Amino acid sequence: MSAAAMTAMQQGLQSCEGCGLLSRPAAGELEGRCPRCDEELVFRKNQSFQRTWAYLIAATICYVPANVLPVLTTTTAAGAESDTILQGVVLLWSPTGWPLSIIVLIASIMIPSAKIVALAYLLISSKRGSVANNEQRVRLYRMVEFIGRWSMVDVFVDTFTAALIQLQPLMSVEPGPGLIFFAAVVVFTMLAVESFDPRLIWDSANPTETGPREVTYA
Amino acid sequence: MSHQESGLVHTEIYNQPVADASLIACLHCDLPQRLSEIALGASARCPRCNKELWRRREDSLNRTLALTLAAPVLYVIANSVPILGLTIVGRDASTTVIGGAQHLWNNGQQLVGVLVLFSAVVAPALQIGLMLAIVLGAMRERAPRWVGAVLRHHPITRIWSMIEVMMVGVLVALVKIVDYATVIPGIALFVLWVLVFILARMQAGFDSREVWEKIQWADEAQRDAAGDSLAEGTS
Repeated sequence: MSAAAMTAMQQGLQSCEGCGLLSRPAAGELEGRCPRCDEELVFRKNQSFQRTWAYLIAATICYVPANVLPVLTTTTAAGAESDTILQGVVLLWSPTGWPLSIIVLIASIMIPSAKIVALAYLLISSKRGSVANNEQRVRLYRMVEFIGRWSMVDVFVDTFTAALIQLQPLMSVEPGPGLIFFAAVVVFTMLAVESFDPRLIWDSANPTETGPREVTYA
Repeated sequence: MSHQESGLVHTEIYNQPVADASLIACLHCDLPQRLSEIALGASARCPRCNKELWRRREDSLNRTLALTLAAPVLYVIANSVPILGLTIVGRDASTTVIGGAQHLWNNGQQLVGVLVLFSAVVAPALQIGLMLAIVLGAMRERAPRWVGAVLRHHPITRIWSMIEVMMVGVLVALVKIVDYATVIPGIALFVLWVLVFILARMQAGFDSREVWEKIQWADEAQRDAAGDSLAEGTS
């Protein structure tokens, strides 16, 4: 493995996440600044495991109230009615509305939970030093990264529904207490994705032999 | 653990660039590799994890400039006219994008209001404005250092700029409201769809590697030592 190192870290090289330049820390140093763009360089994102877990746990905690509490409250002459995200999906289901109902179901319920499960799997498998399915795992990471922002759809649906339907006393719609938790799930999972360093997937397949000794990720 | 501790300290020492400027490491799997010259429009992918490392764009700066000049016009229109309106039993209502965020703020959902404002209004403005700054700065023979500082942080605005997500959300809201009232699609709705397309083209046509190669280095001495061919073209 040392004949042709499989990671830049094994060669003691750091690539800049900002500009892509490959460079070597000055003699006796473990890290330094990128000579081109001035970014502080590290071999792997700082405390990637802890930070990703922290955001992921926060997202998981918020996931429960996000789905249990109502996101919209509709007040009509007949009284007030509150809908959770899932109830919103059901309400949207109609001969014409069903494609959008499926979009909301996927974006608001399936994607956030799939993201949490996928990131937990990436964290656990990388931490345990799995060397299997590396290509699939990095592809999974990219998918989670790409798809995550689409969960915001429901926040925008509720924003514009509430802003428009203000026809007191006939009918009015107000945002519910679940909305902030739902938005928090989206934001926390996006931050978790940004904190995770996909290079960690490959590190166990390429045990550091010549790289810096002190690079530990507790 | 000194590695993690030192990560919190601002170090002033610069790394030494590798001698061969075509050497890079994949940011998704850290595989060291040589990035060979590729044809215009072609892309280079990591042989191990298939991440796209570089896509060379034809006339990247000029095309991006054209789009970053068109985008602010659409952006201003999109944010000053209603996106959606309705009419029911003789009553009208309409809202702009900012109005939607404002309604959340006024109804006890300040944080969500800020998030909506940020992802639908502020982040897109930064995405366009900073890209314009990058392109204008990069059109000089040697791009000044601030261009690098902006370019380094530009991906954040791209992640949080969510106009296309909002457009799907507006579509769903429209279908929901159609059950109760006559929906009047606002001008902003159409303008924003065009803006979504323009922003996508702007990002796809932009070649960040081309800009990085023109940028004035933070550690100027290193660049000269590396014998960069571009250094000879400077005044």
